[in-house]
Amino acid sequence: MSRKRDITGGLFIGVTAFSALLIIAVIVILLVVIIIGGKGTFSWEFLTSFPQDGMMKGGIFPAIYGTVFLVLIMSIAAVPFGTITAIYLTEYASEKSILAQSIRFAVRTLATVPSIIFGLFGLGFFIKFVGGGMDNLFLGGQLKWGQPSILWASLTMALLTLPVVIVSVEEAIRTVPREMREASLALGATKWETILRIVLPGSRSGIMTGTILAVSRGAGEVAPILFTGAAYYLATLPTSLSDQFMNLGYHIYIMATQSANVDKTLPIQFATTMVLLLLTFTLNLTAVIIRARLRRKTK
Amino acid sequence: MDNNAGHNRFVFTRDSLKKKFRLSEFLSEKIITGVAFLSIAIIVLIFFFVFRETLPIFHQKKEAAKVENVVKPEKYGSDANAGKTNSSGQEQYGVTTKDTMMIENKTPVEDTVVHGSDEATLKSLAGTQWLPVSDRPRYGLIPLFVGTLKITLIAMLFAAPIAILAALFSAAFAPYWLRELLKPAIELLAGFPSVVIGFFALMVMATFFQNIFGYDGRLNAFVGGVAMALAAIPIIFTITEDALTAIPHTYTEASLALGATRWQTALFVTLPAATPGIFAAILLGIGRVFGETMIALMATGNAALSSINPFESVRTLAATIGAEMAEVVFGDTHYSVLFLIGSMLFVFTFSLNALAEFYVKGKLVKRFQGKQS
Amino acid sequence: MKETKIKTRDLTLYYGAKMALNSISLDIPENEVTAFIGPSGCGKSTFLRTLNRMNDLIPTVRITGEVLVDTLNIYDKQIDVVNLRKKVGMVFQKSNPFTKSIFENVAYGPRINGINHKGQLGEIVENSLKKAFIWDEVKDRLHDSAMGLSGGQQQRMCIARTLAVEPEIILMDEPASALDPISTAKIEELIFELKKNYTIVIVTHNMQQAARVSDLTAFFYLGELIEYGKTKKIFTTPDKKHTEEYITGRFG
Repeated sequence: MSRKRDITGGLFIGVTAFSALLIIAVIVILLVVIIIGGKGTFSWEFLTSFPQDGMMKGGIFPAIYGTVFLVLIMSIAAVPFGTITAIYLTEYASEKSILAQSIRFAVRTLATVPSIIFGLFGLGFFIKFVGGGMDNLFLGGQLKWGQPSILWASLTMALLTLPVVIVSVEEAIRTVPREMREASLALGATKWETILRIVLPGSRSGIMTGTILAVSRGAGEVAPILFTGAAYYLATLPTSLSDQFMNLGYHIYIMATQSANVDKTLPIQFATTMVLLLLTFTLNLTAVIIRARLRRKTK
Repeated sequence: MDNNAGHNRFVFTRDSLKKKFRLSEFLSEKIITGVAFLSIAIIVLIFFFVFRETLPIFHQKKEAAKVENVVKPEKYGSDANAGKTNSSGQEQYGVTTKDTMMIENKTPVEDTVVHGSDEATLKSLAGTQWLPVSDRPRYGLIPLFVGTLKITLIAMLFAAPIAILAALFSAAFAPYWLRELLKPAIELLAGFPSVVIGFFALMVMATFFQNIFGYDGRLNAFVGGVAMALAAIPIIFTITEDALTAIPHTYTEASLALGATRWQTALFVTLPAATPGIFAAILLGIGRVFGETMIALMATGNAALSSINPFESVRTLAATIGAEMAEVVFGDTHYSVLFLIGSMLFVFTFSLNALAEFYVKGKLVKRFQGKQS
Repeated sequence: MKETKIKTRDLTLYYGAKMALNSISLDIPENEVTAFIGPSGCGKSTFLRTLNRMNDLIPTVRITGEVLVDTLNIYDKQIDVVNLRKKVGMVFQKSNPFTKSIFENVAYGPRINGINHKGQLGEIVENSLKKAFIWDEVKDRLHDSAMGLSGGQQQRMCIARTLAVEPEIILMDEPASALDPISTAKIEELIFELKKNYTIVIVTHNMQQAARVSDLTAFFYLGELIEYGKTKKIFTTPDKKHTEEYITGRFG
């Protein structure tokens, strides 16, 4: 009886361990396969040159450039707004107020909205409503902003990454001890001075983690930019906010599904995927490490 | 000292302590509160603007006879948008539509075709044929729903057991160091871009499974579903793990004290106590798969078939938007139908999230406060 | 007896529906040390925090009655809390230095008040640290992090930080409770020095400390002021049986 119980128990624990192992194995296999497939083509030149021969040869510089451009504008929009929202939730709102709870619910909802919906919203709101409106007001109907561009794609992506920033910054702000706020207030600092001089500097690492996670997410998402600004191929780099742009993730999608000769460009596809994967992987790893340190410190 | 005291005497006066108006304080509070509203505003705006683009379908039905009026821009607007925005809106939409058509190098679909079939459009939504670009376009959503459900089912059949068991391992059996390794590793999986998972499924998994099962089409619901499971596993794992570790020690200690083994406690005490959390995890996992676009686009084959065979190609709702929106003419029926699909996706994921949030959270709180009914 | 600096009248405080202070009326004289004693949870710290309105930070707190500082009611709607706290400084139970350098910690208050001139700041910092008997220990490492100081040094630096704002009243909430005997002795010596120029109110659970440093002592129990008078009298011939029981260690 006891023996039977032991065997069942061993089996059960074995099954759970196997599941955990399976997930790790898949992560490792995925990384290894992509890296093996890509490393032959990967080189400094691959990163810094333009595609050639109808994207059959050459590098991915414009896609990297466009991705960096995208996450830069996205961060400029998402990080301040996310940080301010986190400040509101931790410093101004009372925990149980309906407003604070609604904002929290909205943030969590925002985090679960499918990314393709953000794309639709970007099209309906930014491009048609805001962009089209700007064209009519300032350019007399001449088309400039009412079409897909890096600005609208970045702002769409900013909405998607806003919850990432809010959650990270909020977590960090909560690690600033109450005693420090009290000390500042007791010295005659106002609430805003306390936030600016004590709370925000104390949560720098959290703001950084949030930014890194947002950048990683923004660099990897494709669905929101499918029809808000990403371009299949551009001979020149985007120079203005109203230009379209190339993007790593979109480049992978296009090359893998719509390339004239998928087999011939396979090495390029693997190498591009490797670049994107390693980029997001490194960013996420950095965030995980910073966060682990932060948690250890508060303990 | 007297000097000091004499000086002090006059400090606590009504004047020196009179309430001051501090502009920076006032402004910062107002701005911060305003910005905080943004998250709520975005949700409302998403709902409004995504839904707004679907309106023409319903308007056109009523006015199907007056063909010329059909795409009049004011039809997009609602009351909130009345007045000056509306008048400027007219030109705006007109211009956008025309120029976009030029940019996309797309021959405009014959007006009569688009408008003539409006009533038919609405009726065809319930049909089984998704043929948006044929001479007689049909917008049957059934195959898309079938495809999405099929994919979701396959993905959850893989993701849910694996993620829940792995979470149980992490929360109940794994030694501390392993647990501290497992959790960040799975967080990293959550950070894999879905286009990378899609690419992996398309290039590697598809061939691998085809060699095992020997079916015809490389890309099908099965491959897509397994790939989507990779995207759903981190979500389900994380939330389940949180729910499992949130269970008070008194629960498990009582069981252990009664002579139950560790695995019996985990299986018969910890796991049942965490069911609301696990339920929430599955709901959010479903939401993730339901709305996933890139994996669906790359790994499912994208044929709008309504079969139940898991090894046949499918086209999901999200992938349909992703694949067709860039090709479509702004403002025509196809465009509106794609937005309609988007609205449905949004409403569905929103409801899932709300359900996970309110129902499950309420249950968990009750359970641990001992008010279990 | 010296002039009255702080006067409370029927001060009552609620946490939500729970009454934490019941109609407290007492006078605190200028340039003396007044100690609040009593078992934990008796309301002595809460009462201390009403004197610079730190309880305002807790949303559920409701206060009735008056606190008069130099005859001015600090709970008057016209009073600016921020400026009030500059005049009524506070030192906390747990030393709470900012994660900045020693210099920046002490300069924090003056900077808030708009003093940014380097020489002027340096002068204020030096004077404040000297007044807090810590200048000699830190003068060579002013720009090191304050977190590197020992607990006792941190607490004295926090006192210096409070002095830099030039308050008239200093509230101390069990300032030595987390410190070793030597550091405690230094703090007590410092309190003795400071009372020449400041009015000091100190909360302590250490009765010997109260007896050593204070001129007046108030005994609180369950949110009520039981007895208040000269420290000597309270510790030798208290009027109330309750006070005597607490002081002789029969409960608490």
